[in-house]
Amino acid sequence: MHPIRKKRLTIVLFLLVGLGIAVGLATYALRQNISLFYDPSQIAAGDAPQDVRIRAGGMVEENSVKRDPESLRVRFRVTDFESSVVMEYTGILPDLFAEGQGVVATGRMGPDGVFVADEVLAKHDENYMPPEVKDSLEKAAARAEKNTAQSIPEY
Amino acid sequence: MFPELGQFSLILALMLAIPLAVVPLAGSLTGRDSLQAFARPLAAGQFVFVAIAFGLLTHAFMVDDFSVAYVANNSNSLLPWYFKFSAVWGSHEGSLLLWVLILAGWTLAVAIFSRRLPSVMIAQVLSVMGMVSVGFLLFLLLTSNPFERILPNVPTDGADLNPLLQDFGLIIHPPMLYMGYVGFSVVFAFAIAALINGRLDAAWARWSRPWTTVAWAFLSLGIALGSWWAYYELGWGGWWFWDPVENASLLPWLAGTALVHSLAVTEKRGVFKSWTVLLAILTFSLSLLGAFLVRSGVLTSVHAFASDPTRGQFLLALLAITIISSLTLYAFRAPVVHSRIRYGSASREVFLLLNNVLLMAAMLLVLVGTLYPLILDYLGMGRLSIGEPFYNLTFSPVAIALALLMGAGIFSRWKKTDGGWLSRKLLWPLAISLIMAVLVPLWLGEFKPWAFAGCFGAAWIAVATFQDLWQKSSSRKGRWHGLRRQTRSYYGMVLGHLGIALTMSGATVVSNYGIERDVRMTPGDVAEIHDLQFEFVKIGERQGANFVAQTAQVDISRGGRPVTTLYPEKRQYQVQRNMMTEAGIDGGLFRDLFVALGERVSDDAWAMRLQYKPLIRWVWLGAIFMAAGGFLAIADRRYRIKDKLPTTEPARVPEPDAQGALANRRADPLPGGAS
Repeated sequence: MHPIRKKRLTIVLFLLVGLGIAVGLATYALRQNISLFYDPSQIAAGDAPQDVRIRAGGMVEENSVKRDPESLRVRFRVTDFESSVVMEYTGILPDLFAEGQGVVATGRMGPDGVFVADEVLAKHDENYMPPEVKDSLEKAAARAEKNTAQSIPEY
Repeated sequence: MFPELGQFSLILALMLAIPLAVVPLAGSLTGRDSLQAFARPLAAGQFVFVAIAFGLLTHAFMVDDFSVAYVANNSNSLLPWYFKFSAVWGSHEGSLLLWVLILAGWTLAVAIFSRRLPSVMIAQVLSVMGMVSVGFLLFLLLTSNPFERILPNVPTDGADLNPLLQDFGLIIHPPMLYMGYVGFSVVFAFAIAALINGRLDAAWARWSRPWTTVAWAFLSLGIALGSWWAYYELGWGGWWFWDPVENASLLPWLAGTALVHSLAVTEKRGVFKSWTVLLAILTFSLSLLGAFLVRSGVLTSVHAFASDPTRGQFLLALLAITIISSLTLYAFRAPVVHSRIRYGSASREVFLLLNNVLLMAAMLLVLVGTLYPLILDYLGMGRLSIGEPFYNLTFSPVAIALALLMGAGIFSRWKKTDGGWLSRKLLWPLAISLIMAVLVPLWLGEFKPWAFAGCFGAAWIAVATFQDLWQKSSSRKGRWHGLRRQTRSYYGMVLGHLGIALTMSGATVVSNYGIERDVRMTPGDVAEIHDLQFEFVKIGERQGANFVAQTAQVDISRGGRPVTTLYPEKRQYQVQRNMMTEAGIDGGLFRDLFVALGERVSDDAWAMRLQYKPLIRWVWLGAIFMAAGGFLAIADRRYRIKDKLPTTEPARVPEPDAQGALANRRADPLPGGAS
């Protein structure tokens, strides 16, 4: 082959190999490492898989935060005002974690229906609501509205 | 009245930017020198008016003019003056004004420092920068006016600056970062100008190189400052979160690093021209993508500004126009590859080509990880997040491969490198790095494969770089003479590559051997991590300038001997009522001790996070090395020798013979930066 064409071919091959490695690694890693978001209603309905890293979130229920007196373990309920899920976390909660505020946690569903979080994120300013939580609250509210609308004729 | 003047001078700046975008370019295409001559005065005028606007906004902050909505939302009379100053760029509108100011500053710098360029070239470069400037000035004036007033109900006091941003890191992080982002507009403008007049040659690469290197150095510093700020101010001791906004700054950095290297090949050897131009366009487009991600509200993160859909649409349009028009131009004008220049399979050209391939692969991985969730969400296919594990799995192998390439590449020569000679050179680095990669992990704790790989890569780069420096500087007149004979751009490369080695070793060691413990402590309790005892002595209240803090005292000792005392704090800011964690950090070259105060878990017990972070400072020290290398490289003498560059005649690609001579000169290094 002509040396220049050969050179061009090597360049193209290099690029393709690089691209191939990148795409291969990316798809492999994506399959392993994405975490999907589930809201409390989906979890209550049993949609969330066990022992897979997922994200869950909603509003922290009032008077639901219970601390273990000996360690940093804490349990609280997270709700979308339709269903709620118990979350357990050991460690330091973020500064803006509070009852009645939105949170998103990453972790796994345990067999007892408790969500064991290894990371808890709270909103970081007054105006911010995690988009997942906002979405899920809106959906729950819409469902609730639909239910009321349907039930009106009965009364 | 002052805010209106600010607004007015922004409009005037736009009125100068529009002719800047059109007139010199028209002059260059019709060959009329009189029109080209408008470029420099217009660039200067634009800078003056943007600077006036910026000065007036700063003034509004300094005198607490809360009738200006932006000041009212981001300042407070209690705020110390230096935070009032940095609050100017604390939120969307002001930071965009800073962006525009820096763009105008770069434009002015090109106008001043390019006296030796052909006037056609400079007219076109400044025109392209004028176009970018028109886009951003329009964006500022139409969607994000920082001078908007709240009248007649002027608030009595401001809503305060977000406490997270009341920090020294914020004073310097955004300006550095923007210097980098916006600085890439210069090489973009050079690339577009070269495409317009079809003169894509070694001279073009030579002119673009220093600008690219400087922008790259600023971006490196900006990213490192952001990481450092996150480490001590977000409170929990992480230094890189693979947050989409961090990724937005890493993307142009990776592309820019590739560009710095491919420009070197284009300048020295006249090859990879089309690729270099494409890379210049890509780098700047990624800077714009970063701006879009941060300012459009598609992301939620500490960095993201309040969302407003019109802003996102405007920026997306700007990004689309830039990419489509420059790629169209590229498609029509990119040189048909007909270079007769040959190079062997182990030549420096090939090493730099591989460098570019790997950097692009790394960039694509980060791009996929950043955009994939956004696209899925946009299509309504569910919300998911891609976190650290994805990047650890994908980015780290590419980084290690790059390190291996760097060590070998530093010895390689232009045109042709003898394979046997090269492998003999690599024996020492191989031996020393293997020893280091086994000993360091064992000395720090247990042996881990990733720690081995990271230490090996870092040591490999460092040993090869020093070996190359040692061999190149050998001279019959003595070592000192040999060291002085090396060019500044060579030392720039040495510093840049050592910087990579430092960052890599720091990142490897701290992520594999850092110790982190969350504990529940009451005053008097002692917790032990590493070989250190942390004693929670007491906690008390302290009144700050605009906050009240709970301050804990933690004494740290090793076997009874005191090491240091830290005072971590929990602050409540009075205006926004936010809680903030202010960590207590004892920094050192070899390890940081870090104590953060969590929440109060009972009457007298507190949650505390204790951390031992070995070599964390090296992560940022490496970035300082890289930036210093960049600045040193552009101080190289050859950028200042006048007679090397013809001022009117187009410079030609050196003849193959001349290149041969160039390549055979032994100390003909590859200047600029690192990979």
